[in-house]
Amino acid sequence: MAIVRKPQGPLGDPPRQRLDRAPSSILGVGLPWASVMLLSLAPFAPLVVSAPVMPPLAFMALLAWRMLRPGLIPVWAGAPLGAFDDLYSGQPFGSAIMLWSATMIGLDYIDTWLRWRGFAADWALAGALVAVTILFATWIANMTGGATSLHLVGPQILLAMAINPAVVWLVWKLDKLRLVPIREVDR
Amino acid sequence: MAPPSDRRPGFSRRAQYSVFTRYVAAVSGVLTGVVLIVVAMFDPGSFAFLRQGATEVVAPAGAAGAVSRAAGQGVTARIGDYFNAASKNAAMRRELIAARGQQVRLQALAQENRRLKALLGIVDPASPPVAVARMIGSTSASTRRFAILGAGSRQGVAQRMPVRSAVGLVGRVLEVGPNTARVLLVTDPENVVPVRRSSDGVIAFSQGRADGRLVLKLVNLGINPLKRGDVFVTSGSGGLYRPGIPVAIVESRTRDGAIARIVSDPAAAEFVQVDRVFLDLPDPAATPPASPGATSGAAPSPASTP
Repeated sequence: MAIVRKPQGPLGDPPRQRLDRAPSSILGVGLPWASVMLLSLAPFAPLVVSAPVMPPLAFMALLAWRMLRPGLIPVWAGAPLGAFDDLYSGQPFGSAIMLWSATMIGLDYIDTWLRWRGFAADWALAGALVAVTILFATWIANMTGGATSLHLVGPQILLAMAINPAVVWLVWKLDKLRLVPIREVDR
Repeated sequence: MAPPSDRRPGFSRRAQYSVFTRYVAAVSGVLTGVVLIVVAMFDPGSFAFLRQGATEVVAPAGAAGAVSRAAGQGVTARIGDYFNAASKNAAMRRELIAARGQQVRLQALAQENRRLKALLGIVDPASPPVAVARMIGSTSASTRRFAILGAGSRQGVAQRMPVRSAVGLVGRVLEVGPNTARVLLVTDPENVVPVRRSSDGVIAFSQGRADGRLVLKLVNLGINPLKRGDVFVTSGSGGLYRPGIPVAIVESRTRDGAIARIVSDPAAAEFVQVDRVFLDLPDPAATPPASPGATSGAAPSPASTP
């Protein structure tokens, strides 16, 4: 059965014939990386807080990309993206490198026993991974000079779980933007 | 969505090796992270140059954000004002009456203070700030409490310098770049500040709890004399902070001290000032006694900066 869908451009544009256009390969590969790195700059947002409340948006975006488009972000991407995040997050350098790499490997493993996942399963999985990562990050920060009790990050974990669908929605929008045919194809 | 099946890429040796290499790279990423964390455990200041360089690059964006933060706070505060205008009006009228009486007393005290100071020949060691700058960001997702300051070594900011707002202590400078600096906030668990009660000088240490509150630990154990609402200021011991900067207000008592709220919420402070390290200030005893106006302007020469 053919799926009939209303033709629509990626960002709500009126549909256009784009026979001689193709998605840009730079945008197609680079946008996931760029979006995660941009969210790593969240400490520069106009918000100075005295408690850790902000969810780890960059990590959540990485998870969303990985779950929405498996294989687009390679399994080794956790290390470079984590290194960039460590520069700004305030965590000791190496914390996100380790945690993000481990998460990427772990997701490949999870893929082997959770073959098909729906929205709720993805949400639950992302929530669990974010919670575990925040707890580990707190533990690492405590080893290198901090002294924070783990129940302090509870609100942050709950907030991160609650807004995870919003991050997934953002990544889904970016994924559509990623495939906008803007490159002219040689004829 | 079903996962892609590129984990078993068929009989192609090249494809198999490439999958294998990817996993080797990922695992080595984990191991690199572990090594770096171990390095950071023994030397928390390691990779400061990387962090500072990276901060310098994106600082302009943060500075623009800080301006909009100030504007946004003004808007929300103004909207909030309308909601409790009547009760606030009554409260302010009561405060005004109290303040008038207070003012007369303060005038008398100031006069007496001036007279006594002249008697003793004390020169006010207050010096002009090293720099006044915006907080352009803070680590909002990590449990470590750092903030990024929009001034660096070019503006004269150096490590260990205390950072304060108009109301109280904010933190101290931890790492310095050319135009930005990383500030260890007083709410960070690593930041221990020697404080004393402003009323009678009961000494204590304040340590951050990373949630906007501080733990006050009394030095002299015994009967806990703290009460809710006690104000603690820096004591000046340790030589980092000048004595008398407000730090915390006691919120609830604990067995050996108290939990206190910080006086200067970094979120509310638009501009902060960086002071000289207290020990590096010119010694008030060494300068010849002269009129306070002349010395306070001339004493802190920039050449004495470490």
